[in-house]
Amino acid sequence: MLTFITRRLLAGIATLFVAIFMMYLLVDLAIDPLADLQEYRGADKAAKIAAREDMLNLDTNVVVRFFQWLGHVFQGDFGVAWRSGQDVGTLVSHAIGSTLQLVTAATVLSLILGVSVGIVSALRQYATFDYLIIFLSFLLYSLPSFWVAVLLKQWGAIGFNDFLADPNLSIPVLIVVAALMGLLWVLAIGGSVTRRLQTFGLAFAATLGVMLYVQLTDWWADPQLGPVLIAITGVGFAFALTAVSAGLRNRRALYTALATVAIGVALYYPLQGFFDSVAPSHLMMFGLAIVAIGVGVLVGFLFRGPDWGVSARTGGITAFVIAAMIYIDRVMQVWPAYVNSNAIGGRPIATFGDRTPNLGGNYWVQVLDQYTHLLLPTLTLILVAFAGYTRYSRSSMLEVMSQDYIRTARAKGLSERTVIMRHGFRNSLIPLATIVPIDVITLIGGAVVTERIFNRPGMGALFLNSLQEAEIEPVMAYLLITAALAIIANIVADLIYAALDPRIRVNA
Amino acid sequence: MSTPLNPQNGEPDSVTIENAIELKDVEGLSQGQIVRSRFFRHKGAMVGLAVLIFVVLLAFTSVGFGPVPGWWPQGGGSGKVINPGGAPTMSLPTWLGGSGFAIGEHPFGQDENGHDMFYYVMKGTQTSLGVMFTIGGIACVLGVLIGSLSGFFRGRTDGMLMRFTDLVITVPTIVIGAVIGKMAGSLSAAIFGAALGLILWPSLARLVRGEFLSLREREFVDAARVAGASNTRIIFKHILPNAIGVIIVATTLLMSSAILLETALSYLGFGIQSPDISLGQLINQYQSSFATRPWLFWWPGLFIVVIALCINFIGDGLRDAFDPRQKRIPSQKKMDRAAAGSHETTIPMQAQGGHVGLGGGS
Repeated sequence: MLTFITRRLLAGIATLFVAIFMMYLLVDLAIDPLADLQEYRGADKAAKIAAREDMLNLDTNVVVRFFQWLGHVFQGDFGVAWRSGQDVGTLVSHAIGSTLQLVTAATVLSLILGVSVGIVSALRQYATFDYLIIFLSFLLYSLPSFWVAVLLKQWGAIGFNDFLADPNLSIPVLIVVAALMGLLWVLAIGGSVTRRLQTFGLAFAATLGVMLYVQLTDWWADPQLGPVLIAITGVGFAFALTAVSAGLRNRRALYTALATVAIGVALYYPLQGFFDSVAPSHLMMFGLAIVAIGVGVLVGFLFRGPDWGVSARTGGITAFVIAAMIYIDRVMQVWPAYVNSNAIGGRPIATFGDRTPNLGGNYWVQVLDQYTHLLLPTLTLILVAFAGYTRYSRSSMLEVMSQDYIRTARAKGLSERTVIMRHGFRNSLIPLATIVPIDVITLIGGAVVTERIFNRPGMGALFLNSLQEAEIEPVMAYLLITAALAIIANIVADLIYAALDPRIRVNA
Repeated sequence: MSTPLNPQNGEPDSVTIENAIELKDVEGLSQGQIVRSRFFRHKGAMVGLAVLIFVVLLAFTSVGFGPVPGWWPQGGGSGKVINPGGAPTMSLPTWLGGSGFAIGEHPFGQDENGHDMFYYVMKGTQTSLGVMFTIGGIACVLGVLIGSLSGFFRGRTDGMLMRFTDLVITVPTIVIGAVIGKMAGSLSAAIFGAALGLILWPSLARLVRGEFLSLREREFVDAARVAGASNTRIIFKHILPNAIGVIIVATTLLMSSAILLETALSYLGFGIQSPDISLGQLINQYQSSFATRPWLFWWPGLFIVVIALCINFIGDGLRDAFDPRQKRIPSQKKMDRAAAGSHETTIPMQAQGGHVGLGGGS
């Protein structure tokens, strides 16, 4: 294993070196730092050109310049973007921060959504739902992201802001939406006619109830979850999670999940006081999330039993979800103040940049502000990535479900849940595990198009702007980082594959 | 299966019937005929193919191509703005809520200087299609060449070629695209497409290499070698035809991502630039007028989506046609009919099942 990693790392470094060298030559060919001076009509044109050539060291051969640049990089100095005079290291660290915000949420959400929809679609192969999902994923896959982004910006933002100004839907619209949701659930779950009718009724009533609640409590103007809603959704989630991951007959897991929900709801009011009394930060929130997961695992452990690992897992996931709901609730509480503040002026969904300048406010307002800026770009990225993950997980699941060991599992009398979740689902994730790291890490290179359209100052925007400004240092810093990350991602993917699939041997 | 065939074979009836239907379908046909008939039966692919052919014909005949004149009366020059703001003169039939079906002089509308949008969109479609096919062709040839050499000769050749592939794969495509686009910005669409084709081949090369690695160990390759066939002959006559399915499918899907890449680069201003017209460049040019003249933005985007969607469907149909593992489930009617006629036909069909080894006991 160690030799394999060492060999791959050495090969990776060699590849990186050659790639960066080639990229340096290419970028040097592509940019022309003197372009604006060629247009210059003054008498001192020659002197200005000479001065700039001197400043950028353009007389030196490009190969020599490359090695000079590389030497500086080895000393941790990425150079200076000459037009603005900013330090490239600082520029890049700011850009990475903005990009990480964008891609984390988008990747996690599209992964969860895409994989679950793909799996359901595969289980319902050749049913109407399957055809619907195939068509949808094809359509999303064929959408140019820049087109979607501009549409979202022009329609999504303006339309949603208008809606928020007067958030009322008529009753027929609500009923139609609820009926559509009911139909979708029927198609996804299927079964006998009675089962379908039950599903439809339940989904219809639930959707209509939620929408009526939202409408009647004026939720859009003053959104909040509150302890009651958190308790109801938490219990629902606890049942759903246990049903999927452990089976409802595993009482210990179910009681763990429910106990975790109870603890979370009991802590709701104490936590509000806690949030008010301290100065919160992202680091603290991250720590609290870890603590929450720990509590959930502990509850599962305390229920003991021969398979306490399953209970602990269920408890941990439930605790995280409850904690996330309490966090979101706290962010929602500043919504009215945020929307009505002067900087926002009642139009909260932003299309420009990654924060509102001069907004002020406490931690929660800042977080909410970042969320409203993240909404549309994240949606753009999700729409495109969702299609890919759905297709991939669907075909992977189909492949797995036609294997002999699935037939064996069914033949020895395992429940359908165990067959699908333990024998099917887990194995279908193996090929997925090899593309996800590559996807995630290359995304850090920036969603170039999305960042450009929404004017987010991320990595992709840094690259594009520097390329247009003919500044080679930031461009090369960007390329160095993305290329190194791509190589690391490939190695990580290989390692994960080797760890997950015992048929793969890295030492051979 | 040396014993006399048992009609039951231990399989459920439905599976037996399914196999029988499938076997009857392919009886006495060559591989090419099977693939073709499967492809023609794929509804999505056929619709996609029809629409794509329509788009290609429309784009190339309407506004003319090179020296050949087209049948569309409007040119690229500015003219009188017909409707207020240059709104499209095309309207829907009355039963669809329009004011009676009409195409008018400027069906896709005009911009503020009276340029005909239909002309622009057709020209842009020509460019984008051209770039797409150039990318597909070049990437396909390069990928197949490098992948087959690498997979067939293995060893040092493989090592070197795969390191080279890693090198090209390392940097995100859009980045190289942007650099090339900036270098080739003033050049024609053909050169831009060729440059993109030169960097998009690695995924195909890896796929072809894997296919060659497994195919070269098969008996028919040994047989050919024993019979004295040269390496070239083995590659071209024996292995390549067996890998053609993978290659065609991968190339098709590559083309659908190629058109999205080209339009995205042109949108960013790194690809096709004015005065040349591409669909992405049109969107870039007119995105600021979205609020006032949305048709300038809608039509180029719509054509991109339609082309990419068609190609994706064609690729899907090709995959189903080439990959026998993705079996079509026969309709209930077919199953019933086969079950009803099973008294006379079951025995011979089962015999076939035994020969090709599809029976459960084999």
